[in-house]
Amino acid sequence: MTERPEDLARKGWMSLLAKAPPARLAALLPDLPETALLRPAEVGSVMVRGRVGGTGAPFNLGEMTVTRCSLRLDCGAVGHAYVQGRDKDHARRAAVVDALMQTPEAARVEAQVLHPLRLEAEARRTTRAAKAAATKVEFFTMVRGGDQ
Amino acid sequence: MTPEALTGGFTNAATDAAIAFRAALEAMARPGTLHRMAGVTPPAPLSPAAGALLLTLTDTTTPVHLAGAVDCPAVRDWITFHTGAPFAPADQADFAVGGWAALQPLTRFRIGQPDYPDRSTTLIVELPALSTTGATLRGPGIRDTAQLSLPEIAAFRANRALFPLGFDCYFTSGDTLAALPRSTLVEEA
Amino acid sequence: MYVAVKGGERAIDNAHAWLAEERRGDPSVAELTLPQIREQLKLAVNRVMAEGSLYDPDLAALAIKQSRGDLIEAIFLIRAYRTTLPRLGASQPVETAAMAVDRRVSATFKDLPGGQVLGPTFDYTHRLLDFKLAAEGEAPLAPQVPARPEPVPHVTSLLDRDGLIEAAPRDDTPPPDLTREPLELPANRPLRLQAITRGDEGFILSLAYSTQRGYGRTHAFVGELRIGRVPVEMEIPELGFSIEIGEVELTECETVNQFKGSKTEPPQFTRGYGLTFGQTERKAIAMSLVDRALRWQELGEDFTGAPAQDEEFVLSHCDNIQATGFLEHIKLPHYVDFQSELELVRRLRAEAMQMQEAAE
Repeated sequence: MTERPEDLARKGWMSLLAKAPPARLAALLPDLPETALLRPAEVGSVMVRGRVGGTGAPFNLGEMTVTRCSLRLDCGAVGHAYVQGRDKDHARRAAVVDALMQTPEAARVEAQVLHPLRLEAEARRTTRAAKAAATKVEFFTMVRGGDQ
Repeated sequence: MTPEALTGGFTNAATDAAIAFRAALEAMARPGTLHRMAGVTPPAPLSPAAGALLLTLTDTTTPVHLAGAVDCPAVRDWITFHTGAPFAPADQADFAVGGWAALQPLTRFRIGQPDYPDRSTTLIVELPALSTTGATLRGPGIRDTAQLSLPEIAAFRANRALFPLGFDCYFTSGDTLAALPRSTLVEEA
Repeated sequence: MYVAVKGGERAIDNAHAWLAEERRGDPSVAELTLPQIREQLKLAVNRVMAEGSLYDPDLAALAIKQSRGDLIEAIFLIRAYRTTLPRLGASQPVETAAMAVDRRVSATFKDLPGGQVLGPTFDYTHRLLDFKLAAEGEAPLAPQVPARPEPVPHVTSLLDRDGLIEAAPRDDTPPPDLTREPLELPANRPLRLQAITRGDEGFILSLAYSTQRGYGRTHAFVGELRIGRVPVEMEIPELGFSIEIGEVELTECETVNQFKGSKTEPPQFTRGYGLTFGQTERKAIAMSLVDRALRWQELGEDFTGAPAQDEEFVLSHCDNIQATGFLEHIKLPHYVDFQSELELVRRLRAEAMQMQEAAE
């Protein structure tokens, strides 16, 4: 599939929403506008694939639960969501955000919802990386006599 | 994807699909009977009954072949969004949809194998009209005889001769559905 | 042969009620919550996700609570639940080279890009029971060191540069799926890996151990073991592009095996590969050894008759739900079958006694 530049931004917020803790998204966007459901929130599974040897032929690793939803705002903007887990409210909320980001409300939603989520995700990532870094072995190299 | 691709599916998927499945089952079990398959609004020229059949019977694992007028971007997008069914050439399809003329030649479609007669194609034939008149049907699921307005006789007699192999047919017109399994004996009216 | 057994409805209902009471245990003891299981019995949750073949920690926690800690019973519950989910699609293959690593060690190279990161491992504990854990304590705090983002390339890519290790050539053939089509032998490598990753940890562990003891000729080094999170990406037709739909924790193990060459292949290092859901280290390492053992044919090696080399033996018996299903079914009523056995034994005894008397 060919990607357009405007798709990159959309990929970004959809990825952020899919990985955001449902409770956080609900707190940042408690009230949802009126929507027409194109496809009501539906829980399903996605087969996760790995590659043989990490780089070779794909193989089926196992499934993960995913909830998807498609809806349309009154203004006509269509929002889609595919989010990990079985939380239908989270999927609906994520689809609403996806739709709002295609309307003049985008700047407000970015500031009030996406930006905080992004900061929190980055903080989680950094903290975890810092804990891993603390367990990284610093080898002390010893000069052996024979090298002189 | 066009907006109309995203609409027109089952409103209450679980219940609606179960009702549609029952109708599809009854139609195939009692050849010559007519059933109503409403509630689905696919893009033209796909009929509501054909649309409901596709929503009920297809998914990401069932390749679909579109023939003739129904093979258009609007219908493809609709099927992709609502079912995820992949599209395939006639000889690899689990389901084939189109008008009678568009589906010819029928010899392209799979008729199953001796140990797996079910690995065959199910045709969904879009007709301008459907009524319990015309060809005489006899066989499993039919008490004595039944009548159905089949588009022709020869093709179905030839198919019956292949039994237990062969294809099976649904006939759709508007929101009306009928079916003809490969086990039915077909004769002139 | 199964016989419909009538009656017993009341006994079954009462058995279920007693099961619920036993499951709860002493009511004066606090009830287990799903978050407690998910957070504090995470490695059990991981095993249930890996063998249940469904990544959903909350569901796995529920299954563990419901099964009273019997993990194979929990896996059964997850497998059953999986069948109720519509399959929405398949993901792009995950990029483990871009994993956010919690743990990454190599037994083959000391100094390597990304370093040796121990992670939250049991490896260096002394395996002495820690009685402090018997009481609740303050939540422990892990030390942090500012991390410079650096690439953590696969160790095998380092060996690959010198052509010392067999390649794993990129390929995009859609893999077979044994959850959709019945497993048929001979199986290709992707199908074998699917079977083993969801196979019983104990069985795969023992098979792997057997290859180390001489049943099969693999001498494996752990080239790399990494544990961390990768995003999961999927193409969405209604969008026209792919998006990340979530993140999973994976354990990846690459083993490097000595190989003196064969009739068809030059001397090189050969690879074994393990990939599992969650932090499931033992399983991933075992998986890579069994994977390597099963590759004897494509590498032109000899079949030594080792169980781990026998594809039919490994793949037919590695699924613990299949195994326990058939095993446990023998406790169900087989009264009529046994009646006929009883008749047969009696008749044979009578015949034998008659012959004995005739001889006397």
